[in-house]
Amino acid sequence: MKITKDETAKVAKLARLELSEEKLELFTAQLGDILAYMDKLGELDTSQTEPLYTPVSHTTVVREDEPARTVAREQILSGAPEDDGQFFIVPKIVG
Amino acid sequence: MPDYEPVIGLEVHAQLKTKTKIFCSCSTNFGDEPNTNVCPVCAGMPGVLPVLNKKVLEFSVKTGLAVNCKINMKSLFARKNYFYPDLPKDYQISMYEEPICGPGRIDIETSAGPKRIGVTRIHLEEDAGKSIHSPVENVSFVDLNRTGVPLMEIVSEPDMRSPEEAVAYLKALRAILVYLDVCDGNMEEGSFRCDANVSVRPRGQKEFGIRTELKNMNSFRHVQRALEYEIGRQCDLLDDGEKVVQETRLFDTAKSVTVAMRTKEEANDYRYFPDPDLPPVVLRQEWIDRWASELPELPAPRRARFLEQYGLPADAADLLTSERALADYFEAAAAAYNEPKKIANWIMTDLLRELNQAHLSVSDCKLAPEGLAALVRLVDEGVISGKSGKDVFTEVFASGEDPEAVVKAKGLVQISDASALEEIVDKVLAANPAEVESYKGGKKKLMGFFVGQIMRETKGQANPGLVNQIIQKKLG
Repeated sequence: MKITKDETAKVAKLARLELSEEKLELFTAQLGDILAYMDKLGELDTSQTEPLYTPVSHTTVVREDEPARTVAREQILSGAPEDDGQFFIVPKIVG
Repeated sequence: MPDYEPVIGLEVHAQLKTKTKIFCSCSTNFGDEPNTNVCPVCAGMPGVLPVLNKKVLEFSVKTGLAVNCKINMKSLFARKNYFYPDLPKDYQISMYEEPICGPGRIDIETSAGPKRIGVTRIHLEEDAGKSIHSPVENVSFVDLNRTGVPLMEIVSEPDMRSPEEAVAYLKALRAILVYLDVCDGNMEEGSFRCDANVSVRPRGQKEFGIRTELKNMNSFRHVQRALEYEIGRQCDLLDDGEKVVQETRLFDTAKSVTVAMRTKEEANDYRYFPDPDLPPVVLRQEWIDRWASELPELPAPRRARFLEQYGLPADAADLLTSERALADYFEAAAAAYNEPKKIANWIMTDLLRELNQAHLSVSDCKLAPEGLAALVRLVDEGVISGKSGKDVFTEVFASGEDPEAVVKAKGLVQISDASALEEIVDKVLAANPAEVESYKGGKKKLMGFFVGQIMRETKGQANPGLVNQIIQKKLG
């Protein structure tokens, strides 16, 4: 077993997922399979290899510091479940 | 009871003075209408790509160079995952394993002499948005204008041993950032924020004690008071045989105490991983060379030069080099009239008082440094009296006019012509024969009376030193 049910429950909680007991079992098994598969990589000696952080070979592109307004506020707010024309409105954050 | 030694490390978040956000072209302008500086990138829409602002690299590398950090030619952005309504992507882009700058140091002045404080690292990240909590309804209002504004986090080694050293470090760091013009250094408005990690240990013990993290200190004084309180609290706990709990505590400014922050049940688990949208940041040597060549003279060397070149006392050199604009002002004035100590006195007393009262910064000052120099010269050469000098100062500070023109227009030129003054002295002495007799009989205090009379005759324009000399000569 690569991952325990408790660990799956913790990861789910961090992702704000509510999982039934059944699903917990299922995902623990599936995640365990994935981790076991990834273990294959561990068979190679990588102690002399520089970590690969990204599969792409290019490096960061930078832009100049010139301001531009690309969209109007109505457009930004239009996808929100609730707004007042100025602000996004969300359930109260602090009690 | 053992003697305890505090151990303090500081994390500073400095907002970088760029025109645009770190990963998009939205303006960073403070105080704009809510949600008007927001675009699909900083609003966290799916399918967008962040593109790094080159100025952010410039500012952080310049800071790294200024505090003798190792500049990492390759650094990496990571995602810090957590949920909060003012964080629309549900992760903050930050740097984790590979920051932009590695170890460095800042030298500070303490009452016990100079001390070197290690800088652990400097990394870049984006700011979150702002939430306003409704006092009446069960809702909060979210403004994303600040989301994605560039922040630079400067982490120190736990090298400070007193609140005074912590404040000295913060002041030195703030001065460097302001000199570099990469941060406005405003603590109250939050563009220079500080968190402190503090623990105590019995003096002589090698291991650190259990630390707490202090937040919500938005002035140097708050930092000082919060640390003093927290160090006292931890010492008391240990004296009572209790343990310090590792936690985050907020400084209560009204009561000057630190209070444990309500903690969520689960410990923070940010699950950092390299941001797949941002390939590694690779610096070019030519950029670094250019940025290095653009570095201004920094506060510490400038302070040393002020002591040496101008012969200023230490407190004057401290104050005048605390802001780059103020130091520039002083040097321009001293170049116009080579009496640096006198110029320094006028700046520290009169200029700073008027600027404070008017809530202005040196760069907004209407009176040019050359104007101040001219005024100091007028007083120095006895053209006007010291008292007139102060009056003219108030006037030219407000108007920016040439002091000489004001002196002429107001007829403030002091009578320093000995023969002209002698006539007036003779007149006054002749009109007061009784006082002259008493003076000659030993009542030397009457000197003040004579000088007063002459000042009245001349409407205050007689050079008092010269008047004194003439009377003494005449009355023997």
